[in-house]
Amino acid sequence: MKLNRRAFVGGVVAAPFLARSGFAQGSASVLRVIPHADLKNIDPIWTTAYISRNHGYMVYDTLFAMDASLKPQPQMVDKWEESSDKKTWTFVLRDGLSFHDGKPVTAEDCAASLIRWSKRDPMGQQLFSIVESCKGRDAKTLEIKISKPYGLMLDSIGKISSNVPFIMPKALAETDAFKQVESAVGSGPFIFKKEEWVPGSKVVYVKNKDYVPRKEPASAAAGGKIAKVDRVEWLYIPDSTTCMNALMSGEIDYYEQVPGDLAPVLAKAPGVKIEVLDPIGAQGMMRFNSMVAPTDNEMVRRAIVRATNQQDMLAAAVGNPDYYKLCESLFPCGTPMESKAGLDLIRPPSKDEARKMLKEAGYKGDKLVILQPTDIPISSAFAQVAAKTLRDIGMNVDLQAMDWSSVTSRRAKKDPVDKGGWNMFPTWWIGGDLLNPLTNAAMIANPDKAWPGWPNDKKMEELRQAFANAATLDEQKAAAAAVQQRSIEIAQYINLGTYFVPVGYRDNVKGMIPSPVQFFWNMEKTS
Amino acid sequence: MLAFIFRRVLSTIPVMAIVAFAVFMLLRLSPGDPASVIAGDYATAEQIARIRTQLGLDQPIYTQFFAWLGQLAHGDLGVSIFSNLPVSTLIAQRVEPTLMLALTTIVFSIVVAVPMGVVAAWKANTWIDRAVMVFAVVGFSVPVFVMAYFLIYGFALGLNWFPVQGYRSPSQGIGLFASHIALPTLALSAIFVALIARITRATVLEVLDEDYIRTARAKGQIERKVLFHHALRNAAVPIVTVIGLGIALLIGGVVVTESVFNLPGLGRLVVDAILKRDYPIIQGLILLFSFVYIILNLLIDISYTLLDPRIRY
Repeated sequence: MKLNRRAFVGGVVAAPFLARSGFAQGSASVLRVIPHADLKNIDPIWTTAYISRNHGYMVYDTLFAMDASLKPQPQMVDKWEESSDKKTWTFVLRDGLSFHDGKPVTAEDCAASLIRWSKRDPMGQQLFSIVESCKGRDAKTLEIKISKPYGLMLDSIGKISSNVPFIMPKALAETDAFKQVESAVGSGPFIFKKEEWVPGSKVVYVKNKDYVPRKEPASAAAGGKIAKVDRVEWLYIPDSTTCMNALMSGEIDYYEQVPGDLAPVLAKAPGVKIEVLDPIGAQGMMRFNSMVAPTDNEMVRRAIVRATNQQDMLAAAVGNPDYYKLCESLFPCGTPMESKAGLDLIRPPSKDEARKMLKEAGYKGDKLVILQPTDIPISSAFAQVAAKTLRDIGMNVDLQAMDWSSVTSRRAKKDPVDKGGWNMFPTWWIGGDLLNPLTNAAMIANPDKAWPGWPNDKKMEELRQAFANAATLDEQKAAAAAVQQRSIEIAQYINLGTYFVPVGYRDNVKGMIPSPVQFFWNMEKTS
Repeated sequence: MLAFIFRRVLSTIPVMAIVAFAVFMLLRLSPGDPASVIAGDYATAEQIARIRTQLGLDQPIYTQFFAWLGQLAHGDLGVSIFSNLPVSTLIAQRVEPTLMLALTTIVFSIVVAVPMGVVAAWKANTWIDRAVMVFAVVGFSVPVFVMAYFLIYGFALGLNWFPVQGYRSPSQGIGLFASHIALPTLALSAIFVALIARITRATVLEVLDEDYIRTARAKGQIERKVLFHHALRNAAVPIVTVIGLGIALLIGGVVVTESVFNLPGLGRLVVDAILKRDYPIIQGLILLFSFVYIILNLLIDISYTLLDPRIRY
């Protein structure tokens, strides 16, 4: 066939339009997702990044998993038993579990995975401080011996958020916990296609056809994990407006975190739905540095808490009242440990009271440094409102703008503010990370192990230990209330309120699982 | 000529060494620590220190620098701190979209802007000239991302002619490739079309007053030949220089365009790496960009000899 110049030019011009129908219509068996972040590394134990945790849930499985009511339920485990002296736990794996390379999952794999997890995760460290042995009794039976009864065994190995105790093959799990694993061979419902991974752009998972799901219906991280699509593609798009446009045009099926300002636009777009799937929400947090003046003074910290109004914070950072709520409890509202303990010390918010408290605290106008992470809009807004609030009560505020990476290194400094130190920084946590005094990193009060801010309070550590030792739910609630009371007394941080980030999806996507964590099993496209 | 090229290629070595040193030091002196980012919120100071040791970041800066130089000497750009993948692999994964976007932008800009500039000079002080200059001012003034959103709104969401985002390789079909690269090319080209059209107009206008142009016209040459054969060729040296500088500017424009149109190219790779302080990627990419810049300048210098026989090295 002869191709003349006119035909060639015509073909080139027409080609995009002829190809147009291919952009918006994806195969029903491929779910195209914009994740909340780029998957930069594939080891969910090496890092606490939520995106690596979500990758972990795709690829790996867990012994226990939290259901929608935040109770641990068996996942890889068939039967389990606690000895009469409550010092020996045995877990029998269910039939049909195998890794993606075809090898069966054994108790030794589970033991090695839990040991590696315990080296990085605070709840794992707490558990393993009393573990005498963790090994396979036989191929399918895991045995954990502990030195004293522990009420949080199942909550620990069924932890829902970072670091999740995912089960890896023994060879992988024996990797130093401070070094990344080289591959992602798990036994979960999806298989990671490493050869198709383009960091910063694309992650591909395919259905694990050999996965044997539980019979129970899916409930948060628990229940049957049924992969209903053949392939899930995470297509990371950094620009939120482009994300919105791609969802509206049908090039994308699912947008994991829709910014509040774009939600009203998407809600009106044809073929698009907006919904909040996380029933607990995320909590804004302003962390104090308890080692550096002027926030080394407990009364100054409490005055700042008293001045802070959640309504002001959330209105500025989130904007749309549909996506935030006031919740003063340090443990997320609607979860088992929610409490009012200690709130009378700091509420209602009052700038007049805060001024009096500052005077009583002997505050003399020392400079107070707030770190403002400008690349995280919500945290950036929290910092700006905090700066205005503190100036209103007469404090000398230095609001320092920087990116989040700089915040993470700067906050590790224990120097005074005139030598590069800091007093406050804003951040946020998903509610699933704040469910109890052991998962909430901001409540640790041993300065050697604490999150930056380094509060030092022996009584607080004793109360956290009492929570760990509590055997029943009622005892745990009482212990958690005591922890909250103490946390407010020593003003470890400010709870800035609860907000919700909706997901956006095409109306042919079904089966989303309500949960603090995003899961992709059970999801399907109807056409 | 060959001696000139040889000398210029040799001179890239000290230039690259200076760039390597400057980039390495700037990164190490800037705030931010990848170990803190990796360690996450639960990490204790001891754990962060352990990660720093694993990554070799606890070593003195000069030790780290010479270790990196040693790797470079073996053609090894290192391994990403976060993804644990070789930097060369990451660059190879990302180079095609950037290269294609740069190529289509340059070709489109030259094809559109040079005739525009020549016609504007030919019709100087008429409405055609003024229209071209208004277009040039708009092209200069409107930021790339604003242009990009207008194009997406009009041609992708409104008319449904093009996709909103993404990249398809020519190997997946020329039609798919063209449809995905069209809007990014238009968005990124605006500023280059403006730049090249303006310089073309100015230099051709200058040349049109020369005696040899009058002679050509007196000999009865048709106007098209006078403009494009005589005038444009003699005005080419500054135009080529500006095109060369424009290609260097393209690197900045590519970063924004790749983000808005979600093209998985080098621009986005470097921005992601900077935000995470992934030192090996940043170092590798800046070295690559510097190398491209140096080679481009060399090619421009060589092109002068082809355009103006009086120039000899």
